Amino acid sequence: MEKVLTDNLVEIDNVEFRYDVRAVLKGINMQFPRGRVISIMGLSGCGKTTTLRLIGGQLRPTSGEVRVAGRPVHAMDMRELYTLRRRMGMLFQFGALFTDMSVFDNVAFQLREHTTLSDRTIRDLVLMKLNAVGLRGAQDLLPSELSGGMARRVALARAIALDPMLIMYDEPFAGLDPISLGVIGNLIRRLNDALGATSIVVTHDVQESLKIVDYVYFMSEGVVVAQGTPAQIMESKEDYVRQFVHGQMDGPVPFQYPAAPYPQDLRLETVRG
Amino acid sequence: MDRKVLDLWVGIFVASGLVALLVLALKVSNASTTFNTSDSYTVTAEFDNIGGLKPRAPVKSAGVLVGRVESIGFDNEKFVARVELKLDKRYRFPTDSSASILTSGLLGEQYIGLDGGADEALLENGDRLKLTQSAVVLERLIGQFLYGRAAEGGSK
Amino acid sequence: MDNFVVRALRHIGHIVIDGVWRLGYASRFFFLVLVRSGPSFRRFALTVREIYFAGVLSLIIILVSGLFVGMVLGLQGYDTLQRYGSAEAVGTLVALSLVRELGPVVSALLFASRAGSAMTAEIGLMKATEQITALDMMAVDPISRIVGPRFWAGVISMPLLAALFSAMGIFGGYLIAVVLLGVDAGAFWSQMQASVDLRNDVMNGVIKSIVFGIAVTAIALFEGYDAPPTAEGVSGATTRTVVTSSLAVLSLDFVLTAFMFRGL
Repeated sequence: MEKVLTDNLVEIDNVEFRYDVRAVLKGINMQFPRGRVISIMGLSGCGKTTTLRLIGGQLRPTSGEVRVAGRPVHAMDMRELYTLRRRMGMLFQFGALFTDMSVFDNVAFQLREHTTLSDRTIRDLVLMKLNAVGLRGAQDLLPSELSGGMARRVALARAIALDPMLIMYDEPFAGLDPISLGVIGNLIRRLNDALGATSIVVTHDVQESLKIVDYVYFMSEGVVVAQGTPAQIMESKEDYVRQFVHGQMDGPVPFQYPAAPYPQDLRLETVRG
Repeated sequence: MDRKVLDLWVGIFVASGLVALLVLALKVSNASTTFNTSDSYTVTAEFDNIGGLKPRAPVKSAGVLVGRVESIGFDNEKFVARVELKLDKRYRFPTDSSASILTSGLLGEQYIGLDGGADEALLENGDRLKLTQSAVVLERLIGQFLYGRAAEGGSK
Repeated sequence: MDNFVVRALRHIGHIVIDGVWRLGYASRFFFLVLVRSGPSFRRFALTVREIYFAGVLSLIIILVSGLFVGMVLGLQGYDTLQRYGSAEAVGTLVALSLVRELGPVVSALLFASRAGSAMTAEIGLMKATEQITALDMMAVDPISRIVGPRFWAGVISMPLLAALFSAMGIFGGYLIAVVLLGVDAGAFWSQMQASVDLRNDVMNGVIKSIVFGIAVTAIALFEGYDAPPTAEGVSGATTRTVVTSSLAVLSLDFVLTAFMFRGL
């Protein structure tokens, strides 16, 4: 990847993060160029979501620096951080829609909180966003009346309500049926290109994300173990990536949880003796 | 839920809560029987013993509420209790009126009874009632009774 | 042996430090709620909405309980007082017990289990489903947007509920003593008015209920905000809200009573 520093919207520089004494991130470097869709992949607990929270400013790195649009996030006070966050959209794992509000009010939420637009303008904007995710007809439903895929799409409409420069996705594919998977994947790509935004997709769904992303970082136990374009990843000879991409049963991540030797657990030796 | 319905319910709730407070203040408590400071005057009275008299106890004359006990203090030179009475301006008493500490019923609360005198001059703000009668203390009464019985027995 | 002592000491130390840490965290939370409660008043519609959930929805249970408590007081008070020939004093008994103690305390306990637990569960669930994080990521402060209006709604609702409870209880006492048992209505009311004082009894009761409102709501909100974001975490926090706030109400009641009625 080209290393033109000014063209990167988000840069992660040698970041370590410890929770109490447990090291979650052990010195990672990542660049997220403007206009691209970049994926961070890895198993649960490898530090993907932590990375996302560092970019959003919800956590502070123990050492190193996270810069968004050239400014270190952890050095900002609350006001600056909130100003920055107005230009970020985030899609949470299960949507995180406000359960006591209708679909329309959910999407309108940020417009009402942060702008002084008239009700009519807000209505038009909300309907445009809902139309972009194909749910203009569902505006009066409550989140409890939506299917998993629909809720994810509403949350996506809410995330782009203020036309953000950076959209972050936390496991956007988790728990979706195959049709919704395809829909969400396509929406991520299309909305990114239409808004001229930059997208970061944290996921462990290899097949879906490799179809839509421009670049992939592979993480394992707090370090970046591999990176490259989808084609490079598919071709990768590295054991961990191969196991992950092809879903192999055994490999660097063992099938067996560490245990005492099998015969010993079954007390075969004593029987023989 | 519709905003208007919600506002209506909250309005009903707040209004009924305030009405309940008003009922407690006016119907249940003695707010209706207290009077303004501007319509009252204060006199003092000294008692050898006030028994169980408390501030805000009623002051009655001929059984009618005419005022309340404002404060109770102790005179460190004369060793007597100094009681301030706040009386309603509508009721005026002669300067030689007398105050006594009485009990309503056998176990009831203690109050001050005012008996009007015969003087021409009327009590003014800050005046002192000269004639007072202390509370009846049951222990002393019993003590006197026993002492009297003992003296009677001795003389026989 | 040594090992056991060391472990026991370490365990006790952990509990103490944990407790102090939690207390500090709760105080900081309470302070933040107060400092950031501007929007609760600037956008009063947010608070009105929460008054509906905290106050209006607690109305039925408060009114019914108040009525029954008053009726029981009337029955028991009459039974005892008529032995001393002062059945008319039942009005005094009912009114003083309700206005001074039972009104504020019982309605605060009911409020804790009705509205307090609901607040904890709601905020806990919002946290578990990442709605709180989502708010924060949308540059909306969850403390001033979610916690503040609920806090002030609780503080506003509690004295009104306590007053309704007391008024309803006195009405219940009136029903039993006057309508059912034949105590003279005039004596009932006049004895009550003669001995219930506006400042010492009614106002002190209102002050108590405001303090209870602050305590119960603050505990409920803190437990919800602090709940582990799981189903067990939320249900545990809901239980803790009811237990902690009930204990807080009863102990605060003792302290306040000692302060208020000491000199009289």
